[in-house]
Amino acid sequence: MERPKADLAYVVKKIPQGPAFPTGQLHDISSGMRTFRPVIDTEKCVDCLRCFLVCPDGAVDKSGEKPQVDYDYCKGCGICARECKLKAITMEKEAEA
Amino acid sequence: MSEKLFVSGDEAVALAARQAKPQVIAAYPITPQTIVVERLSDFVEDGSLKSEYLYVESEHSAMAACLGASAIGARTFTATSSQGLLYMVEGLHYASGSRFPIVMMNANRSIAAPWSIYNDQRDSLSQLESGWIQLYAENAQEAYDMVLQAYRIGEDPAVMLPVMVNLDGFVLTHTYELIHTLDQDKVDAFIPHKPFANSLNLDKPMATCITAGPPYNTEFRYQQHVDTLKAEEKIEAADADFGKLFGRSYGGMLESYRSEDAEAILVTLGSVAGTARCVVDAYRAAGKKVGLVKLRCMRPFPAEKLVAAVKGAKAVGVLEKDISCGFEGVVYTDLNSAMKARNVTVPTANYVGGLGGRSISKEDIGGIFDALLSGKLDAKNAEFINLRRDLCGAEC
Repeated sequence: MERPKADLAYVVKKIPQGPAFPTGQLHDISSGMRTFRPVIDTEKCVDCLRCFLVCPDGAVDKSGEKPQVDYDYCKGCGICARECKLKAITMEKEAEA
Repeated sequence: MSEKLFVSGDEAVALAARQAKPQVIAAYPITPQTIVVERLSDFVEDGSLKSEYLYVESEHSAMAACLGASAIGARTFTATSSQGLLYMVEGLHYASGSRFPIVMMNANRSIAAPWSIYNDQRDSLSQLESGWIQLYAENAQEAYDMVLQAYRIGEDPAVMLPVMVNLDGFVLTHTYELIHTLDQDKVDAFIPHKPFANSLNLDKPMATCITAGPPYNTEFRYQQHVDTLKAEEKIEAADADFGKLFGRSYGGMLESYRSEDAEAILVTLGSVAGTARCVVDAYRAAGKKVGLVKLRCMRPFPAEKLVAAVKGAKAVGVLEKDISCGFEGVVYTDLNSAMKARNVTVPTANYVGGLGGRSISKEDIGGIFDALLSGKLDAKNAEFINLRRDLCGAEC
């Protein structure tokens, strides 16, 4: 997966005058609200990239042979699972995943 | 070139804005501010002002355009009034929170309903919490000077806040006065264009107006509050420097007029201070010890200076063109709070007048001084001066 990772060790030492920050870093992950996570069955998946297209959060990475979900940013909405024509994506409960 | 001109308050503002050379002007016309933006668009058309003038479709867009321009470091100007000010309220908070030093003229006008195009100060005084520095002018000359001072204050690196310059609608905006303008090179030296430290820059990319949740939000707001307090000394300094350079100054955040030994002091703001000044002179001539404190700035609130100015009096009245329905005038609230915090217990009274353009006469102000000197004051209930009680029904 070729996506930037949040630097959770990043600490703001001093806030700037007004809420303008230099760009180019991720300060936090954003997925704590997820109850179910999409799991892709790479055997069934044919890399059609429909999940990549429909993901409202851009959390599907397509840099590898098969799509991968970036669980740091996936909100667990389930749209990819519903839209997958091959039913290659299942929603699994976080606690059991 | 320095000139003596016979102009309206609106024109005085436009002339000052032209000399400040804002790179971007975005405004929507509204009575009684219209002449300001008409003149500025004339200046752009005739080439005497090299500015990007954006004919936007609303005040909300005017403020949004100024935000965008200010974000890349442009000097900006806009002007509005009343309903227009309220329409851009969302943007007001974006401007102050983002620390964009936009300068805006506001022609003080009543707020609907009932509809009225005439003067009171309920529009700007309802926006004390918007984070803007709020200045109030007494006459056209002060308005001209105040616009120039506003850029000096707002763009100060320690301040970086938007500034609202308020003129009473019609009373100032549409009456004509003699004003003295300044030489362009002197204006340039007083308010030189400098890059803003927080401006967006292609070489050093920044994300502006970022999300700040619970871990940071309080700190941003605290910093904004502290910097607004710091603006107090900059407002004083801008006016003092202006006086040194050009021979005109107005007392900084407030002006005390014959109030040093006064038994009764009237605190007010805007054009009615001019009327009050005449009444003070007349009462002084008759041997009555009365004085005036003219507030030039409502945010930051000159609490220390105001309390020091009134604490020697036996009675203090606040005359304001606004009412926070269900309580009292907001200037009165602020004065009482400032006095209480400094253990000053001079009796106070609140006078609400001039709503929706009703004139405040010398006799009205004389009546207030008489009441203050009598010592019989009702501190709890705002008194509506000049009220046509017969129209209000039996309960009033």
